[in-house]
Amino acid sequence: MNYRFIRNVILKGLLLFLVINFAWALFEGTNSSHFSLYNGLLKGRERLPYGDNPAESYNLSLYDIDAMLASHRLNGTPKRADEYRVIVLGDSSTWGTLLRPEETLAGLLDAAGMQTDDGRQLRFYNLGYPTLSLVKDLMILEEAMRYAPDLILWPVTLESFPRQNQLESPIVANNSARVNALISNYSLNLTPLEENTSFWQRTLIGQRRALADRLRLQIYGVMWSATGIDQAYPADYTPAQRDLENNEDYYEWAPPEIPENGLAFDLVSAGMRIAGEVPVILVNEPMLVSEGENSNIRYNYYYPRWVYDEYRQAFNTACSTNGWTCLDLWDAVPQEHFTNTAIHRDAYGEALFAQRITESGLIP
Amino acid sequence: MSLASILVLIGISLGIHILCLFPGARRFRNPLLLIASIIVIFWLQPALPIRGLDFWLPVATVFTAVLGWILTSKAEEREPARTRVTAALIAATLLGIALTRYISNTGILTPSRPPQTYIVALVLLISAGIFFALSRVKKPARALLSAAIVGLILIFLALKMPPLTGLASSVLRGLTGQSRELAAAFDIRWLGFSYIAFRLIHTLRDRQSGHLPPMSLEEYLVYMLFFPAFNAGPIDRAERFIKWLRLPLTPEPHHLEEGGKRLLLGLFKKFVIADTLAIIALNSTSALQAQGSGWSWLMLYAYGFQIFFDFSGYTDIAIGLGALVGIRLPENFNQPYLKPSLTRFWDNWHITLTQWFRAYFFNPLTRFLRTKARWMPAWLVILVTQLTTMVMIGLWHGVTWNFVLWGAWHGIGLFINNRWSSATRGFAAQVPERPALNGLTNTLSILLTFHYVTLGWVWFALPDVATSTQVFAGLFGLGALP
Repeated sequence: MNYRFIRNVILKGLLLFLVINFAWALFEGTNSSHFSLYNGLLKGRERLPYGDNPAESYNLSLYDIDAMLASHRLNGTPKRADEYRVIVLGDSSTWGTLLRPEETLAGLLDAAGMQTDDGRQLRFYNLGYPTLSLVKDLMILEEAMRYAPDLILWPVTLESFPRQNQLESPIVANNSARVNALISNYSLNLTPLEENTSFWQRTLIGQRRALADRLRLQIYGVMWSATGIDQAYPADYTPAQRDLENNEDYYEWAPPEIPENGLAFDLVSAGMRIAGEVPVILVNEPMLVSEGENSNIRYNYYYPRWVYDEYRQAFNTACSTNGWTCLDLWDAVPQEHFTNTAIHRDAYGEALFAQRITESGLIP
Repeated sequence: MSLASILVLIGISLGIHILCLFPGARRFRNPLLLIASIIVIFWLQPALPIRGLDFWLPVATVFTAVLGWILTSKAEEREPARTRVTAALIAATLLGIALTRYISNTGILTPSRPPQTYIVALVLLISAGIFFALSRVKKPARALLSAAIVGLILIFLALKMPPLTGLASSVLRGLTGQSRELAAAFDIRWLGFSYIAFRLIHTLRDRQSGHLPPMSLEEYLVYMLFFPAFNAGPIDRAERFIKWLRLPLTPEPHHLEEGGKRLLLGLFKKFVIADTLAIIALNSTSALQAQGSGWSWLMLYAYGFQIFFDFSGYTDIAIGLGALVGIRLPENFNQPYLKPSLTRFWDNWHITLTQWFRAYFFNPLTRFLRTKARWMPAWLVILVTQLTTMVMIGLWHGVTWNFVLWGAWHGIGLFINNRWSSATRGFAAQVPERPALNGLTNTLSILLTFHYVTLGWVWFALPDVATSTQVFAGLFGLGALP
């Protein structure tokens, strides 16, 4: 043993490290996203991975949509001949903030045990994700089409529509290649994101965060399988505001009209094209209609009355003009059944929402 | 300790190692180890809500160590010139740390901004005066040494018992003009006190019994505060440690090889294996969430391996850092989960702690009972000594019922192990002659010991008896978990 030997060990180690990095960048890239212990060793998740406090929620937020879907129950459930597969898209209210998986819209509809006229069992899969952006919905829908859905249920709210917000959320910003492909393929009225496709970015070092997230997702899967818990349920939370500000502004928009092209209905059109022959039910989801202070000016924390009324009008016009199947259930849930935001419903509110969808007769 | 902190410690150790490549600089190793150790104590001390406490607790650590030296060293063996140099070095280091308040408003080497420099200087002056006066005492009375041991135990209890810590916090908050209503046990976290208390008691007791070798102030302080082992052991013995400290460090490639291997192994154990297992390990939150006994067992196994890899990883890191600066620290773990009896497990788990308790509690207690309580049958002496020793080890981790029960679990286990070994001695002597039977009994013994230890972790990992009993019920399918 001498210093030369130690030097050689260090140099060889560095060389090996560089070779592995380059090999990873050249041959592997991001293909490891599909590797998953879920639906095999571990129970598939009932909803997409999302969480800020992994130690309590046994869940975490990551930006790799392939890895997210690979962890979902949907990925491990082969479609049977007698299954009528319904995919439920949407934001945090579909995902089910403060709700257990069985209390979410998808969970309730699934538990209803509905059947089609030809005897197929309706199975609902929760693909909601806590981000208000239609682009995010399109990214998930595009992937979800691989799972041969028979119906898409797509709850939306005004907050998902403003064009300027579409690319702001982390999951969208960190999927620039997917987003740009969507913009290009469907001629969306959005400015493409800057892509970082450098060789360096594809190496192990460049991908260390994504790889660590994927590994952590597998490890937290053990706790999900062991406990059935996938979000932290605080004993107490701040309820959504009922007494509202005397303010009619919505972003930079002012009454009486939403600017032309302010709402990204072209993204809904893209969604319909992605779905192709698969029917889509677009649902304007229930929101909190406050009866508190200044409720004559605003419906809730998010929406001044004028903008929401304009949006509803635009929504219904777009539905009838384009021949989309739509449901406007904006006031289907009384205000006492909202939890920490104006779109998060409690279990009873979610049941009311599910009931209204069922009663609509739009689901076969 | 975070990975970044450990990398800094590796950097310090490598720096000392490289410096010692120059023969003329080797005599600076021990003073550098002392300075580095003092700085690291301040640097690793967690931030505390009580104003100035996160500065004064490390100062108290250094002063306690100095006091320990005064009490344990013989006046005739002290070298005044050398002591003055070391004292000046300590004072300069503390003052230097205090002066960093003028560089940053938040604290560079300390968790928060150090107090006013004149206050620190004043405390140093007063302390120097007290230490000087104490050092004039030719031979500390045996009672004084005993009082020091009792004092250390009382401080230890105050730190480990939440009501007492809360009370101390309230008093300190009153002194600093902060709200007493916000006082909480968590306000006082004295980094490394558990370990320094063990080293101090060891030197005080050995001084009483005349076994402690003479040490200079510098050697004593480096032993007490040695930064690789300060926070998580191993608890070396003074006579063993100073043998290495007195050997000049002549850097050889094997130092780097040994140190590097242990560091890499330790980092892998701690940050890859243990931190991964921590995610699924049993804890107070997950304990009652498991849906089925299989998952409860998995969480419990994960805890058992997590605590082993975490702790033995830290030991590897300490041994690796020690090797880089020429100090061979003792081993603390030797495949404990592969031992065929509980006695053997405790000979190989946290070895230095077990040896400490054996030397300063178990053996004296056994001697006492055998000489002063002759009416007690041998089996009762064994039961009492095993049980009390293990309960004491439990209490060292924290003064809670669960740690008492964890200690009792092992104490009773060791007693049963002892009785079983006595009862089956004849059979056990024949087993090695039959290889198949030997292999079978050995495997079964390892499995039994491992599971006994693992089940014991239920007491250790959880905060209260009610949760622990529920988990036990869940593990054996006896009670429905919520």
